[in-house]
Amino acid sequence: MPTYTLTVNGRRRAVTAAADTPLLWVLRESLGMTGTKFGCGGGFCGACMVHLDGAAVHSCQVPVADAAHHRVTTIEGLSEAGTHPVQRAWIEEDVVQCGYCQSGQIMSAAALLAGKPHPSDADIDAAMNGNICRCGTYQRLRAAIHRAAGDAPAARGGQ
Amino acid sequence: MNAPGTMARRDFLSVVAFAGSGLVLGVHVPTRRRDGAPDAPGAEFAPNAFVRVATDGTVTVVIGYSEMGQGILTALPMLVAEELEVDPATIRFEQGPAADEYKNPLFGLQATGGSSTVRGMWEPMRRAGAAAREMLLAAAAARWSVPRSDLVAANGTVTHGSSGRRASYGSLTQAASKQTVPTDVALKPASAWKVLGRRMKRLDSLPKVTGRAQFGLDVRVPGMLVAVVARCPVFGGRATHFEATAARAVPGVRHVVESPSGVAVVADGYWAALKGREALSVTWDEGATAAQSSDAIRARWVQLAQQPGITARHEGQGADALAAAARRLDAVYEAPYLAHATMEPMNCTARVTAGAVEVWAPTQFQGVNKQLAAQIAGVPESAVQIHTTLLGGGFGRRAEQDFLVEAVSISKAVGAPVKVVYSREDDIQHDFYRPAVYNVLAAGLDAAGNPVAWTHRSVSSSILARFFPQMFHDGKDENAYEGAADIPYAIPNIHVDWIRDEPGVPVGFWRSVGSSHTAWVKESFLDEIAAASHTDPLELRRRLLGASHSPSAPRLLGALNAAAERAGWGTAPPAGRARGLAVHESFGSFVAEVAEVSLGGDGTPVVHRVVCAVDCGQIVNPLTIEAQMQSAIVYGLSAALHGAITIDKGRVVQTNFNDYAPLRMAEMPRVEVFIVPSTEGPGGVGEPGTPPIAPAVCNALFALTGKRVRRLPIRPEDLQG
Repeated sequence: MPTYTLTVNGRRRAVTAAADTPLLWVLRESLGMTGTKFGCGGGFCGACMVHLDGAAVHSCQVPVADAAHHRVTTIEGLSEAGTHPVQRAWIEEDVVQCGYCQSGQIMSAAALLAGKPHPSDADIDAAMNGNICRCGTYQRLRAAIHRAAGDAPAARGGQ
Repeated sequence: MNAPGTMARRDFLSVVAFAGSGLVLGVHVPTRRRDGAPDAPGAEFAPNAFVRVATDGTVTVVIGYSEMGQGILTALPMLVAEELEVDPATIRFEQGPAADEYKNPLFGLQATGGSSTVRGMWEPMRRAGAAAREMLLAAAAARWSVPRSDLVAANGTVTHGSSGRRASYGSLTQAASKQTVPTDVALKPASAWKVLGRRMKRLDSLPKVTGRAQFGLDVRVPGMLVAVVARCPVFGGRATHFEATAARAVPGVRHVVESPSGVAVVADGYWAALKGREALSVTWDEGATAAQSSDAIRARWVQLAQQPGITARHEGQGADALAAAARRLDAVYEAPYLAHATMEPMNCTARVTAGAVEVWAPTQFQGVNKQLAAQIAGVPESAVQIHTTLLGGGFGRRAEQDFLVEAVSISKAVGAPVKVVYSREDDIQHDFYRPAVYNVLAAGLDAAGNPVAWTHRSVSSSILARFFPQMFHDGKDENAYEGAADIPYAIPNIHVDWIRDEPGVPVGFWRSVGSSHTAWVKESFLDEIAAASHTDPLELRRRLLGASHSPSAPRLLGALNAAAERAGWGTAPPAGRARGLAVHESFGSFVAEVAEVSLGGDGTPVVHRVVCAVDCGQIVNPLTIEAQMQSAIVYGLSAALHGAITIDKGRVVQTNFNDYAPLRMAEMPRVEVFIVPSTEGPGGVGEPGTPPIAPAVCNALFALTGKRVRRLPIRPEDLQG
């Protein structure tokens, strides 16, 4: 099997894998970085979102051979201590439930905010519609994105 | 820690062990039977919770239940903190093993389901905290030779009022361990609560926003292989032959072995195992249902529904009263099979060695996991360790055992630790589905339009007959008609019956179980009565609940009125929109929802706003309750708008999130949750928000379009003129 050199979270890592192995499984199994999640394997749910040269991509749809010449950022690389503004906003808005989809949600939100520091609700709908949450955390997720942007949070529900 | 079972069984509270590092408390409460009666004298007392206070003052709560998003890793520490007088944010939690000590006293099983954890642990966890606090206070009183009554416990510290002397809990643990365990600790009255009822942020957020949280799929065991299983696409079929040469030739594939559910390809990693499975050739005996389809099942149920079923409820003259009524309404309501589709696909890791089994599982049912793993591996239960990981969603799916059976069997077969991973397609096509249900309803109205008769016959499969056969008696499965048989409205003649049919599609517990369909049928058909009698749907429900003898009626009415008021029922909705409402009791809680809908340009329904009022008794954490209502509404809305599992040629047609579509961000309505104040005992929170949403939306669509939705999911063509 061929060997590839990946740049993951600023570190160069050599991995041996079949050329068509999705980046997702290289991250999770070859590199032991399990923060990036497997949800569907078809690019439908967004649980596996990572940044490739800063853009959010489904890592289940990127063969390792295609990732070799790009910068890969995963949830582990966003900030180890949870201090990225999106992560802080997630905690403040009490977004997570089971938490399984949230790595992907956070990576999508971080990419959105990097390109659009003050997204509208329509921007959020468009950017986040590829990320499924079966716990239904969408309302708080939206509020957290507004909070991370430093904007007035949308209504959070409740009293 | 010593086994708690070695302690005197009649002790209500016992110190179960004195670890060198501090005070360990176990709370013993008698396990209640399902009928609520106490156990017979002399029956075993099951300890079921543990609190540790270490010498450095760290408080650890050991939790024997599963965190699947519902927030128990926050709620249970809050219960302990309230009585122990510590800041709940400082409490650590530890996942407990599969052990009798962690049986939920609500039903005597170590399982997380039925919205039961806080209900079951509401008292034991507080008693554990209170007992620890009293022992720490007694230790301080002895140390300072002062009366206990002069001491105050707060913020992890005991303070002597007049002298101002202070001692941290950590410094008192050794002495506290030697104190007598209080047998009759009074719990704080609600008026003194400082933690319960507080809007407290989750304690498990940080690992979940940094990718460090460990779910089942994230488990790594030295030497572990990954298995993907080829299962017969038709339920009940089996492999008769397989040809594995090509599969074994895939780099990374180590073994191809039979497993109880098919043929397992075992490899170094998931991708190799998946490619190995693609290269595998299996000959299936597809069994008796290979030609089955959803249409054929429906056609049989139409016939079956013409005969009487097993009576679930009979009041007054029952169906006979229909003939005497001035007017009769008839309707058929059809709900589909539904998959759970948790975000984390099914998986389980097992390591079977000579004489022992270790299992790492995102599971809702540790108690049975342990029994089955022991049986399969041929070892005593005492040689089985179950490690509960975080669950990437549960919704009832992870109460099943299929993933555990496969992991243990395959690990045993290949002699290595094995993680079984379901692809998303495996997960959707090999589920235990929310039962499809065919419902035939009739109502009789008197001359004034009041309902005087209500009949409801349903045809579906039984969950209990397979899952809990010991609870399936006389052909009755209460889960099939819960929420229908106990219709709370004041109607003098009622007949509810059920016909069981088993077309071979496996069915299981799905968030809110029977109420996931009965609430839709009951609340929709009641709306039909309101429309037929030209009565406002809120007014009809108020009248029928006001006159009801059901003990649930006042709380249903309270939730209904709260939701209606906050939704502005009776005022004009925004242009192009209409409102609908529904109210339902499940898992000891009472939830009313008002949905505000419109039709999009392409004729598809758009849900803009949902107002939810929940009476779930005394509460632990409003932030969690609001989150769970939002969550349950999204889960129910996903099903109402998009959810259907259909069968063709004996197979599930749907494959992945492209054709089994959950709600997404752009479809998310604004949800407003109001918690009805209550002094009643706590009700469930994880599930009761789901049942009312489908009928609230369908009733709103009727108000908007005049079209009654009688089959789910909602199809735009059913809303056309």
